Parts: sequence; C-alpha cells; structure tokens
Amino acid sequence: MPAPTTALAVKDMRKRFGALEVLKGISLTANDGDVISILGSSGSGKSTFLRCINLLETPDAGEVTVAGELIKMRRRADGTAEPAERRQVDRIRSELGMVFQNFNLWSHLTVLENLIEAPVHVQKRPRAECVDEAKALLAKVGIADKWSYYPAHLSGGQQQRAAIARALAMRPKVMLFDEPTSALDPELVGEVLRVMRALADEGRTMLVVTHEMGFARDVSTRVMFLHQGLVEAEGEPDALFSGATSERFRQFISKERG
Amino acid sequence: MDGAFVGTTFWRLMAALPLTLEVWFLSVVLGGLIAAGVVWMRVGGSKPLEILARAYVALFRGTPLLIQLFIVYYGLASLPAVRHSLFWPILREPFNCGVLALGLCTAGYQAEIFRGALLAVPHGAVEAARACGMSRLLLFRRIVFPIALRAGLPAYSTEMISMVKATALVSLITLWDVMSVALKIRNDTLVTYLPLILAGAIYFTVNYILGAAFLSLERRLSPHLRPRPS
Ligand SMILES: Nc1ncnc2c1ncn2[C@@H]1O[C@H](COP(=O)(O)OP(=O)(O)O)[C@@H](O)[C@H]1O
Ligand SMILES: [Mg+2]
Repeated sequence: MPAPTTALAVKDMRKRFGALEVLKGISLTANDGDVISILGSSGSGKSTFLRCINLLETPDAGEVTVAGELIKMRRRADGTAEPAERRQVDRIRSELGMVFQNFNLWSHLTVLENLIEAPVHVQKRPRAECVDEAKALLAKVGIADKWSYYPAHLSGGQQQRAAIARALAMRPKVMLFDEPTSALDPELVGEVLRVMRALADEGRTMLVVTHEMGFARDVSTRVMFLHQGLVEAEGEPDALFSGATSERFRQFISKERG
Repeated sequence: MDGAFVGTTFWRLMAALPLTLEVWFLSVVLGGLIAAGVVWMRVGGSKPLEILARAYVALFRGTPLLIQLFIVYYGLASLPAVRHSLFWPILREPFNCGVLALGLCTAGYQAEIFRGALLAVPHGAVEAARACGMSRLLLFRRIVFPIALRAGLPAYSTEMISMVKATALVSLITLWDVMSVALKIRNDTLVTYLPLILAGAIYFTVNYILGAAFLSLERRLSPHLRPRPS
C-alpha cells in the first residue's frame, strides 16, 4: 500500500484573544480521506482552531500546511503574526471548503449563483463548466430542483446542504465543518448528516467540529477532543469511545448524551 | 386668467426644468463621490479620519442648506484667496456654486445612508466570501456592494427625492431653475398662485417618476424578499 499523502498538517498552533489563551499548541495531521471529528465543550476553542486553519483568525504561532504548501507567516514590528502573502492565503482558502454553523449563503444570489460564484470569480474557471458541475453537486446533496431558489426560500437543512455544495464547488482538498447541524431544527439534522456521511464514504478529507456523537463515532476515522485549548484525548473513535483514555472525555460524552 | 396664460406659464416653467434636473443630477453625483470618501474615512479604521468624517456629517446635516449655499456663493467669492485661486473660474459661476453647495450637503446624508447599508451586510456573508478566497476588491464588488445596495436603496431614493426639491433653493443665487421662473412670473403678472401650483405640479411629477423608478429597481434587485415560489 502506498504511504498516505498528507492533505493538511497543523503544527503547534497557538492563539490568544487578549488575556484569554484559546489555543495552547494544537497539532493535527489529516491524510487524504481522513475524517477527523473535533469535539469539546462550548468555549474550548474548536471554532477558533478551524478558523485559524484558513486564517479567518490569524494564529499567533504555528504552521499550517495544505497539500504540501506551507502558509507563509511573518511578524509585524509589534510581534503579532500576519500572513506574508495575501494572495497565497486567498489561494489556499479556495482549497479549503468551509461550512459554517449559520450557513452564510449569499442572500442576494440564487442557490446556483451561490455555487458558481467562487469557481467563476476566484478560480476563473469557465462558467458553463461551473454550472454543469454545480448542478451535479446540487443533485448530490439532494436539492437539484432548488437551483433557482434564493436562500431565504429554503429550509435550514436545504440551506446547509446548499452551503456544503457551495464549498464542494471549489473542488477543495479539505472540507472544514464548524458545527454544521447546530443551528438546525432537530428534524432537519438527519438530512445534513446523511450528506456528510456520503462525502466521507467517497473519501473526502474532512475536519468536522460537531456535537453529533453518532457521527463522530460511526463516520470519523479519528476523533480529537479539545479541552481548554489543548488536545485532551485523540485517537480512533472505537478506542476513544470505549473509554480507555481520558476521564474528561468520558464525562464529556456522558453530558452530551444528556 | 385664461387657458392660454396657463399654457404659456406651464411651458415657460418646463423650459427651466432641464436646468433644475442638471443641478440635481450633478449635485447628487458629486455628493455620492464625496460621500464615498467620507464613508471610507468613517469605517476605514483610522481614528483621526473617523473623527473628521463624523464632523463632516454633523456639519452638513446640522446646518440649513440655505446657509451653506449662501456661504459658498457669497462667502467664498469674497475671499481673496479663493478669487486668486485655481478654483475661481469654477466658483465664479453661480451654477457651479449651486451644484457644489447641494453636493456638499447631500454628501452628508448619503454618507450616512451608505454607512447604514454597509452595516446591513451580514458578517457571515463576508466571512463566507473570505473563506472562498475572495480578494478584498472582489469581496466588495461581488458580495458587499450588491447586498449594501439592496439595503440602502429605499433610504437612497428618499434622499434623491429630497434633493430634487432642494434644488429650488438655487433660485436665490440667480439661476433660472423652475422655482425662479415661477417667482419671476408671479412678480411680472401679479398672478399669485398659478405659477406656484404649476411649478409644484412639475416637481411632484418628477419625483413621482423618480420614486417609481427606484421602486421598480428595488423590486428587480430583491427577488429574494418576495414570497417563496410555490
Ligand atoms: N474574536 C474573538 N475575540 C475574543 N474572544 C474570542 C473570539 N473568538 C472566540 N473567542 C473566545 O475564545 C474562546 C473559544 O471560542 P470558540 O473557539 O468559539 O469555542 P468553541 O467553538 O469551542 O465553542 C471562547 O471563550 C470565546 O469567547
Ligand atoms: Mg464554535
């Protein structure tokens, strides 16, 4: 078997907001096809971690490598970090598909327009090709018939599926999900999880911040449990959920089960 | 007073309408450009520029347009520095003074409309665009501007309509706009109401058309606010 290639590597990431140190040195390696669930109680730094990977937040320290390319950072005179090249960041962002808790679709564009916006204008691919691909993606997430709708005319579950398709439309190397089902009514959670499970089955590389324990246990190849800005426990879901490793993780899952 | 008098009065007023519209158009365009600069200063992140921008808005919204107009028309012209400057050939013309004063004033209002429109752009929409790798310029052009435009249009149309009415003030600085022709006809003929009523009807019609145009633009740009297709 050939050695797996690394899709995403994060090394010793640190981030503080003022006096609050949110990430205290977190590392992660995602090989092609890995589905890594990131768990942790509210405020443990899960969103910040994801947002530092695509530089929606600027990490104070640490290295992010996407498909072998290191994001270049530099220090300002006051010691804070900033990306060395905006263009590199923009390009790497287009290789990381992000799905947000609140969907964040563009309200003034139809679903189809949402999907082709970045492929056409950021990646400068031919429009016709993007449209064909977008329609195929909408079929995959089960809303092919809604391509001409505006986001406001869709249910939450449909909006989130459109947002997943929008992220896929950029042909990303890694997908980042930040609690994609947390803003949904309970009866709509299933349809989004089904789409994510299908993506995992086709071998997509995914980082998923979630409170869906079933998804973390059954779908992910690995689970990472954050506690107060550090990786408290990490491993294959079976091992972790069987309770062998961390007392804190045990407490966490018993609370999540309610 | 007969039908013929109504007719000639109407057509004399109509002959002045192009000048009214010209003053209106040039001043709202000039005001829009100034407003863009003021908003940029206001939200750009530099504290001194922000204070300057706030002061601009406070000043031009807080004082009567008539005073601003007279200061530009009489005040600036009396300053030797202005008389000997590059700008004198421009400021010597009452027309230009009118456009400048109206433009400076509407800029104060337009800047606030633009700012409000920018505030209406959801943070999440901006973040999604950044996460897709959009550059700042692309982000502004494709996401921020279109959403802000839709949010700001109703307030903007109100300002455009106010400005049509505000042009009547240039009748006080020797320009032959609709208002000043109406005043002249009153003076010459001693017919008190007819010229005013006809002038009012002309302003009303212009504004009615303008309002309808903005409304249809608004509808065309906002299919996402209509009820869900069934
Ligand atoms: N932009 C910010 N400014 C200041 N504090 C922040 C910011 N973003 C997050 N935080 C704080 O960092 C901590 C971790 O937040 P977050 O990463 O959102 O946690 P999680 O997603 O695990 O719930 C929280 O205490 C939160 O209040
Ligand atoms: Mg979060």
